Amino acid sequence: MLSKRLISCLDVRDGRLVKSVRFVNTKDIGDPVSAARRYYEAGLDELVFYDITASSDQRGIMLDVVEEVARQVFIPFSVGGGLRSVDDCRRVLEAGAEKINLNTAAVGNPGVISEAADAFGVQAVVLSMDIRAAGSGSLPSGYEIVTHGGRRATGMDALEWARRGEALGAGEIVVNSIDADGTLEGYELKLTRMIADNVGIPVIASGGGGRPEHLYDALTEGGADAALVASMLHYGRYSVDSIKQHLHDRGLKIRITN
Amino acid sequence: MIHIVDYDAGNQTSVKRALDHLGVASVITSDSEELVRAERIVFPGVGHAHSALETLRKRGLDDALISAADRGTPILGICVGCQILLSDSEETDLPCLDLIGGRCLRFRPDDDAMKVPHMGWNALRVDRAHPVLRHVRPGDEVYFVHSYYPAPGDDRDVLARSRYGVEFAAVIGRRNMVAAQFHVEKSGPVGLKILGEFARWDGKPC
Repeated sequence: MLSKRLISCLDVRDGRLVKSVRFVNTKDIGDPVSAARRYYEAGLDELVFYDITASSDQRGIMLDVVEEVARQVFIPFSVGGGLRSVDDCRRVLEAGAEKINLNTAAVGNPGVISEAADAFGVQAVVLSMDIRAAGSGSLPSGYEIVTHGGRRATGMDALEWARRGEALGAGEIVVNSIDADGTLEGYELKLTRMIADNVGIPVIASGGGGRPEHLYDALTEGGADAALVASMLHYGRYSVDSIKQHLHDRGLKIRITN
Repeated sequence: MIHIVDYDAGNQTSVKRALDHLGVASVITSDSEELVRAERIVFPGVGHAHSALETLRKRGLDDALISAADRGTPILGICVGCQILLSDSEETDLPCLDLIGGRCLRFRPDDDAMKVPHMGWNALRVDRAHPVLRHVRPGDEVYFVHSYYPAPGDDRDVLARSRYGVEFAAVIGRRNMVAAQFHVEKSGPVGLKILGEFARWDGKPC
């Protein structure tokens, strides 16, 4: 049986690790390569690097980060942010990532999902969705896709987009609740469950994880295959071990390394 | 020196980085003559068996691998590189290398909750002692990404198993060949130990 996965998300700007709360007021919290290595050694299952570098001429720095991580870290990791074309994806994969995370670019151009899946296989393509609750009755699922870190509404129904993403060739879906992100009050379980029940690919819960109990809820009630954490680990409130031990003790199948 | 077979499989660089990390010298090659003379070979792979076989044939690497296997060169197959060592696969009409008898089958779970591909960490159970697996402990987990799994015809060729709806062969081996369905190069310390033992292996099963 597959283990539930603990994934950590590292936001990187200009080659530095930052933590964004609701995507604004980013704070510099260190070197992404040493953080990645520390988490790998602690038994983390997977990593996600999100490049939030504003200017495109600084993007090369991210590829250097990816290469350096690939030399030191021997678990799968994905990279997202600023990937607009199959060529952008190829550069990241060649630098050593296993997967690419498509988000805003896929909303503007859904064809990039199928192009990437054809070129690299569905296992390499993660569709990352930023979602917030829609006004009552305005969308069938009650949830809307937003872009640009939550600043721009798209009018797209979240559930419909998840199904379409799967049909286009996404191999996994990140359900990131913009409403819950940064609150540390728990994942958006209803939203996560709705997506998980309606797609046939793994779902990663994201946004709102603040305590190990929140991960347990996302992986059971939320129906997620994996849970993404950021601040919980980055600020040292919890260790990989303490989170995993909690989930293991409550009966979930978890990879325990120590 | 380990030769890593380059047939645009995708993970040859990751395999090389893992070997670099272990301090094991390696080179990525698509030269069939070099491969026949290699001291030790890693045969990696990601993606589809069909396109992998086409590229192998185009570069003459299929015959080179068969010759190397016949000469007793220690060979480690990974993922699609593992599947292709068998006789054939449900994924393609092309014959595979037939170095280990058997075929590759697709996961067909009865349970909708079991997603295909089988992707993530799963436990290994070693059923047959082998030098390359000597450090694998009960319950050790490794990283899988695959929709097809190896099913050797002879049970003696199954070295370790994993479970995903069905029990399947996670590591197979015969003579100087050993092959893992999971990604040894992405399976953390457990995978690195397997690679390290392969780098020392004399090619004898026990």
